[in-house]
Amino acid sequence: MSRYVARRLLQMLLVVTGATFLIFALVWALPGDPLSGMCGYRQCPAAYQTAMREKFHLDQPLWVQYTSYITNLLHGDLGETPGGRLVSHELVAAYPVTVRLALIAIGFEVIIGGLLGVVTALRKGKLSDHAALAVTMVLSSVPVFVIGTMMQLGLGLRLHWFPATISAAGSWSELILPGFALSVLSLVFVARLLRADLIDNLRADYVRTAIAKGLPRHRVVWHALRNSLIPVVTFIGADFGALLGGAIVVEGIFNIHGVGGLIVRSIYRRESAMVVGVVTVLIVVFLVVNLLVDLLYAALDPRIRYE
Amino acid sequence: MSEPVAAAVAIKAEPPLMPELEAQARLSRVGSASLTAQAWRHLRRNPLFWISSALVVGLVVMAVMPGWFTSKDPALCVLAQSRHTPHAGAWLGNDLQGCDIYARLVYGTRASLAVGALAAMFTFAVGVLTGLVAGYYGGWLDAVLSRLADVFFAIPFLLGAILIMVSLAPAPGEPAWKSIGLVAATLAVLGWPPCARVCRSAVIAVRDMEYVRAARGLGAGTPRILRVHVLPSVITPALVMTTLMVGGFIAAEATLSFLGLGLRGSVITWGKSLSEAQDYAEVSPHMVIFPSVVLSVAVLAFVALAEALREAFDPKAR
Repeated sequence: MSRYVARRLLQMLLVVTGATFLIFALVWALPGDPLSGMCGYRQCPAAYQTAMREKFHLDQPLWVQYTSYITNLLHGDLGETPGGRLVSHELVAAYPVTVRLALIAIGFEVIIGGLLGVVTALRKGKLSDHAALAVTMVLSSVPVFVIGTMMQLGLGLRLHWFPATISAAGSWSELILPGFALSVLSLVFVARLLRADLIDNLRADYVRTAIAKGLPRHRVVWHALRNSLIPVVTFIGADFGALLGGAIVVEGIFNIHGVGGLIVRSIYRRESAMVVGVVTVLIVVFLVVNLLVDLLYAALDPRIRYE
Repeated sequence: MSEPVAAAVAIKAEPPLMPELEAQARLSRVGSASLTAQAWRHLRRNPLFWISSALVVGLVVMAVMPGWFTSKDPALCVLAQSRHTPHAGAWLGNDLQGCDIYARLVYGTRASLAVGALAAMFTFAVGVLTGLVAGYYGGWLDAVLSRLADVFFAIPFLLGAILIMVSLAPAPGEPAWKSIGLVAATLAVLGWPPCARVCRSAVIAVRDMEYVRAARGLGAGTPRILRVHVLPSVITPALVMTTLMVGGFIAAEATLSFLGLGLRGSVITWGKSLSEAQDYAEVSPHMVIFPSVVLSVAVLAFVALAEALREAFDPKAR
């Protein structure tokens, strides 16, 4: 187990280094001067340009810039905006709301998606199963920003069941509607995945044995369900990246002052440093979550042993 | 359907020389013809396939010939009609600038489909090539290409796209094709690893099969083996994957445009219409609802088509 963890950590180090370098190279090696938009529509004064170039090593080769960027990143320094606000400072202020939003979304995913998956698997081939399949297929192709806008419009602005925009504090109850909007796509996939896998498992020999020895139905289903949870957990882990991307959109729509809202507002203000810093952190978080998910396998499936 | 029957008839007509071999040949004959023929037979009976392909064809025609669907000029906007609800002059109403929403939706098809198709073609080419090379040669080449794919795969799609698009400063007076190309390239750069992975595992599955080894033993060169013996089993999963991705790319482009990062300049797109309409969602919901529906239907058409194809070509899913 520990050797496996060590190997995975090494692999992840490689991927994190590669991914951050890639981002860095893409962002900074692209045509366009990072200082060009800094002073509005006129050119920045020459002295200021020189000072900024020195400060951000803009005249150094790519690898020097990257090394200093990573060193700063490891020290928790994500740079600052042209306006002088610290990226890390803003990030720390924004993350609790986003964590709440993500937890609500994952909660909906697991509970509603799980229930839908189990129910449709048990009613395979019946009318309700076909109806659920059709509905989930349609929902799976609605982009998250459309879902968010529609829910805000319908349930927020028209019916007034939920607040249409979120206060700066972003309490749990306020975040229910955005969290649900964020979860819809993943929820649909969880339901479909669980249905397919559970149908497979319910046909397995061990399930027939369990039925033959007279176990009550719910115990039999639980037997199969435990094995079907593995792909679901993998999916939720892998989907975490999409969830973070969706959070940017949903937070923008509902004016939530979380990490995603921060990114959207920075995009509109053309603060590239903020966008790049925050998104890089999100990507590292995503990678760590995926590592944890892989390690979770062993707990869920005793057949998997890490050597 | 007709091919296996014809084959069987042809075999019957000749006097059997070696009954056992003949039977085996007939079996394998039926087996080989069956993959495509069976898939087609399955597809033909699937209403989902017909509905989705009709939608896709309709969208393509709309993208190529928008003039067939509306006689209005999408750029002709009457400010006096700003945010008018649907009326006889404009079936879906007018947007903030007083443009005809229906005309803008029709003309917006081109950009969305162009981005989706371009990105998918690029993804397909890169994915199939890397998958073939990594899967067939194995060894260090496979290790390097797979790790490279891992790195790209590790970057969540929308996050990566936001990063790239933010750093691409818009050039004033940028032509539409350049903007479309940039977005398509961005999406493809982030989207190729899944396709490469699928192709790689498809190659590995057939690489050491008897018929490939036999071809090698008979002296076939690597390009021929790859083209004639390996590629056919890679193409199908890659095509299904690419079809699915066209839908995803269209949604991604709209999302980026919605965030103000996608297509720029005067390009008409569904995402930009939605982005503009969002601020008026409460007073003019028609500005939000119609583009949303069109966008979702377009994505659904490709997702459903991919689902139908996957079901038809994957015997396990039937």
